[in-house]
Amino acid sequence: MLKDLFKTKPKYITVRPPQELGTRQEPAEKRDIPDGLWVKCDRCNQIVYHKELSKNLNVCPKCDYHFRIGAKERIDSLLDEGSFHEINSGLTSTNPLNFPEYESKTKKSQKATGLTEGVITGTGTIEGQPLVCAVIDFGFMGGSMGSVVGEKITRAIEYATEKGLPFVCISSGGGGARMHEGILSLMQMAKTCMALNRLAAAGGLYISVLTDPTMGGIYASFASQGDIILAEPGALIGFAGPRVIQQTIRQTLPPGFQTSEFVLEHGMIDQIVHRKNLRATLGFFLKFHAREDKGGQAIG
Amino acid sequence: MASPGYCLDFEKPLVELERQIEEIKKFAAEKNIDMSEEIRRLQEKADQIKQEIYSNLTTWQRIQIARHPKRPTLLDYVGMIFTDFTELHGDRLFRDDPAMVGGLAYLDGRPVTVIGQQKGRDTKENLQRNFGMPHPEGYRKALRLMEQAAKFGRPIISLVDVVGAYPGIEAEERGQGEAVARGIREMAALGTPIVVVITGEGGSGGALAIGVGDRILMLENAYYSVISPEGCASILWKDASRAPEAAEALRLTGKDLMEFGIVDEVIREPMGGAHKDPKAMAETLKEALIRNLLPLLDQDKEALLTARYDKFRKMGAFIEG
Repeated sequence: MLKDLFKTKPKYITVRPPQELGTRQEPAEKRDIPDGLWVKCDRCNQIVYHKELSKNLNVCPKCDYHFRIGAKERIDSLLDEGSFHEINSGLTSTNPLNFPEYESKTKKSQKATGLTEGVITGTGTIEGQPLVCAVIDFGFMGGSMGSVVGEKITRAIEYATEKGLPFVCISSGGGGARMHEGILSLMQMAKTCMALNRLAAAGGLYISVLTDPTMGGIYASFASQGDIILAEPGALIGFAGPRVIQQTIRQTLPPGFQTSEFVLEHGMIDQIVHRKNLRATLGFFLKFHAREDKGGQAIG
Repeated sequence: MASPGYCLDFEKPLVELERQIEEIKKFAAEKNIDMSEEIRRLQEKADQIKQEIYSNLTTWQRIQIARHPKRPTLLDYVGMIFTDFTELHGDRLFRDDPAMVGGLAYLDGRPVTVIGQQKGRDTKENLQRNFGMPHPEGYRKALRLMEQAAKFGRPIISLVDVVGAYPGIEAEERGQGEAVARGIREMAALGTPIVVVITGEGGSGGALAIGVGDRILMLENAYYSVISPEGCASILWKDASRAPEAAEALRLTGKDLMEFGIVDEVIREPMGGAHKDPKAMAETLKEALIRNLLPLLDQDKEALLTARYDKFRKMGAFIEG
């Protein structure tokens, strides 16, 4: 058993610390959870057995560092088994600006994530409570928002409004609005926010969950607008990227700047929730706001 | 005329020729010689060069004009377009942000609320105004004034000119992202007509935070973009000096934005840019403001809000497979 461990060369991944990310550009497009047997935690530098990490929802068992996870894994870990039903999966990007290298970038992201675009939207239940959800995948061009991401989130919000269902959005986007679609990406900020107004007017609940990283145009639109805003520990959250700020003010940024803990302290979010408690916490809030006329109805 | 001591690179041949003409005129006057033929000939040539330069501006040249230090600012326009402007200060939460200006005024005799970012007109003023980059309290002040306008049924005129919402430690502490999002969201729901004009720089979220409205206009040399050309170039090519290329790629001029259905009208500027003739610019802008505002005044609130929703709802490009 012990011998077997040394037969193959251990494979490591490096996960960059959140401080380096979160500027407008999309960081390296690789999956943050490796296929190798072993994973080196970037925060505590300890070597963790991959299976153990998976079992622990991709949170380092040694130091609680929350690794980034993809949208599919997120849905699997949060929603009741078999309850998820995807909507609007057929939407894909064009290259409206004829922007250099855009098609090759989206293709690369599609290959890396197995997704058609940067967000998965659909319906399902959490602890029996029905909801409409949107989960952004950081692995798809840094979780940035172009026309498709904006449209799918808007449609999800409109669907929740129409059906009287709560809307839960799990955000992760270091890139904010996607520059490859220029002004059209910027306008997705307005589009999604306007849909939220209608959901609010209809008395619909919106829970926004911020995961590492949620920056720029994602944070400065729907992600910061939840009735309830939760964040995973240690996520990078903010408007301007740390590098941009550093270049502007020419000072070193204080430790812990723009983390979940920082935004909680400054009154921007309601709670920090450990990944292992996220499902139960969402279940609680959904149940607490359950509407008698809509609760438990079949969705499809 | 380009202001002494500041001219853009591409304007140099013209400025040089105009300087020569001035010298000849002076010389002719001093020596009392008739050089009118010579002057007329040179003037013709200058006009020709002027036409050539300004009717074929590249995107990057337009951006340079949009950022020109002599470009009219919000308060310049306010003085020329509106009457009885009275500034109102403060967000009632933290402080008054000098990078954002708002107040009451009459537009062609009609009470309106005017808001916009305010750049400085010199270094000293720029330091005081933080180069026109608002903190969250600036956006919250603007929103407070806009909500007040909606309460009293006044139309809102928003003049946008910002390189970006300020990226700083305190801005983050006070929730820059939330302030921008809140601005966008609440403007979408204000039951009063809103006319937005991008007068210079339309810098991403910092512009959109006061940029949601029923009519979106742009001055001819203004730009409106998700990211600065410099930022885009440093991401794409790790080289900010390739900003002119990035500017082309981003499709950020008024003409581009008309094609994308984002902007309703591009307003002509005097030849060479708004700063060459601020008065003429203000007159044109005033006419455009009134012409765009009037039809909105007849609409009832519900129709106005539905149309505003539909306007932004259709923005974007994708394939439905």
